[in-house]
Amino acid sequence: MANGKKLNLKQNYSMLTKGLDWEPSYQKKQDIFPQLEFEGIKIHDWSNWEDPFRLTIDAYWKYQGEKEKKLYAIIDAFQQNNGQFNVTDARYVQALKIFINAVVGLEYNAWRGFSRLGREFGAASPRIAAQMQAIDEMRHATTQTHACSHYARFFEGMGNAPYQFDRTWYLSIPKSFFEDACSSGPFEFVVAISFAFEYVLTNLVFMPWMSGAAYNGDMSTVSFGFSAQSDEARHMTLGLEVIKFLLEQDPDNVPIVQKWIDKWFWRAYRVLSLVATMMDYMLPKRVMSWDEAWTIYYEENGGALFADLARYGIKPPRDADVTIKEKERLSHEMWSIFYANRDVVGFPLWLPSQEEMNWMSEKYPNTFDKYYRPRFEYWKELEDNGTPFTNTTLPQLCQVCQWPCLFTEPDDPTEFSHHQTEYKDEHFQFCSDGCQHIFENEPEKYIQAWLPVHEIYKGNCILDDVDPESPDYNPMVEAIRYMGLKPGIDGGLFKEHNDAMNWEKWTERPSNIHNQPATDFVRKTGSDK
Amino acid sequence: MTVKAINPNYSGRYRDGVENFHGNQLLNICWEKHTMMGWPMCVPISPNTTFKELLDVVIPRIYSMHPQFDSVDLYKAHWSTSKGAFIPDMSKTISDHGFKHKEQIRFRTQPLSNNPHRG
Repeated sequence: MANGKKLNLKQNYSMLTKGLDWEPSYQKKQDIFPQLEFEGIKIHDWSNWEDPFRLTIDAYWKYQGEKEKKLYAIIDAFQQNNGQFNVTDARYVQALKIFINAVVGLEYNAWRGFSRLGREFGAASPRIAAQMQAIDEMRHATTQTHACSHYARFFEGMGNAPYQFDRTWYLSIPKSFFEDACSSGPFEFVVAISFAFEYVLTNLVFMPWMSGAAYNGDMSTVSFGFSAQSDEARHMTLGLEVIKFLLEQDPDNVPIVQKWIDKWFWRAYRVLSLVATMMDYMLPKRVMSWDEAWTIYYEENGGALFADLARYGIKPPRDADVTIKEKERLSHEMWSIFYANRDVVGFPLWLPSQEEMNWMSEKYPNTFDKYYRPRFEYWKELEDNGTPFTNTTLPQLCQVCQWPCLFTEPDDPTEFSHHQTEYKDEHFQFCSDGCQHIFENEPEKYIQAWLPVHEIYKGNCILDDVDPESPDYNPMVEAIRYMGLKPGIDGGLFKEHNDAMNWEKWTERPSNIHNQPATDFVRKTGSDK
Repeated sequence: MTVKAINPNYSGRYRDGVENFHGNQLLNICWEKHTMMGWPMCVPISPNTTFKELLDVVIPRIYSMHPQFDSVDLYKAHWSTSKGAFIPDMSKTISDHGFKHKEQIRFRTQPLSNNPHRG
């Protein structure tokens, strides 16, 4: 090496992706890369794969290392300055609970999926790109955990994310999404995650979440967002590159890719519905409504994308029109079901104040006053009378997306959507035509779903210390414990929750800026001044 | 093709067969139009439960949390499944009605107030 000249970046990348690869001489290529054919995708020339970034290992370490240093410096400063108390109010922290418990598990599963692609793809340069994305995803899971772990010292329900991700009933929604992708072939996985999720829809996660964090004073999450943003830009570009590569390799790939786009757009949309409630209900200071975000990030940006892909024969996703019809009611329907089931979720719930409902009337002029305001006002009366409405029966779940079947008919917000099919003489239920269609394409996959409601009724959701024969055995309380939730602590009404009480005690500021303080700590301080 | 798998003879293990539910079957019940709790509920139930017991015991257990549930006359409700409307026979059981494991049944009642979106 003493005489060697340092390679420039282009030579370095070429050595990495071509110089280190080889043609096998005594093993068949199919035996080395066994997952490349069963999906029906035809690749004639892997050398046409262009990594848009041509990233080399040394450049990657350097960039990521610099970002890490900055991020951890900010997180340190945030902790030393008790930054957790500088956010708008204690309701903001409830949105973070969804982030730590649902999103971090997605990142971790993305690491699993891209690690497999880093092994299975048929050429070195896509394998290298997948490996670097795998490392990115693990970095995101780690930095998100660090950014949120400081909050976990002060607030309930954030200390057991991996355990909850695998067991909590509503977290089976993101979990089943990614496990569906990870148990698909490598090409379906990359279309699902790199294209449908990251390219088409990731802005809907990052933009509102990070702007929401900034609006509400959460500098820790904002810094994480900046640190991840350049990775996300690379992942999105990769997603588009993947699609173009597959479509250009063989015309037979087009219908297969179209089917995956249809499926994964719908799967990803259902997972992202969680973000809708966050934007409209959980952020004390709102950035934009779900309706506005969907209009900009899917209808306008996505519309331009699919117009561009039309030259390959690709059409917009099958159920795109349903998402547009649902955008004026999604968050309201979901917040209602979370409120009704608040005793079995990992965060406390509240009703929107008059001021907040006025914001919703303005943002949702066709639906809010007609369908949802009367319901929330009725529930407020019940709360004020000391008899708040609660549901105590488990919901019917969708066999595919695993959401409760809480969604209404695309053309009628007063009729719940019912979809049932029979396979091998058994009934299966779905939340939507989109999910039923996915099931009917691959029933042998989805009959295996681990549906939390069914598992509870089978008696599978109890901890080892529980005796189901004991006279004081309460299956629902035990199921909640099994899921990593603390009965009577994690869910319930926000105004009675530990987070609200502690927030007012520690900060002497209201736990809900839109309501009267929940405790005397704030009222007393206010009257002294 | 029922699944795209690397093994051409792959078949999935169905987790939710009725034999796993300790003698019960699952029944999904939906109170239509009552959007405040109108999503379908899932309950384990003996296939020998009569429709009368369903109306007198099972359904009130689910919906009595609704403050105006006492004013609902379930005996006047309109019933349907995905196959269409049906008229229940109060003395006959769930299984006599042909409701298999994981069937969904739905009922409609009169609105509870002038504004249907209140309840």
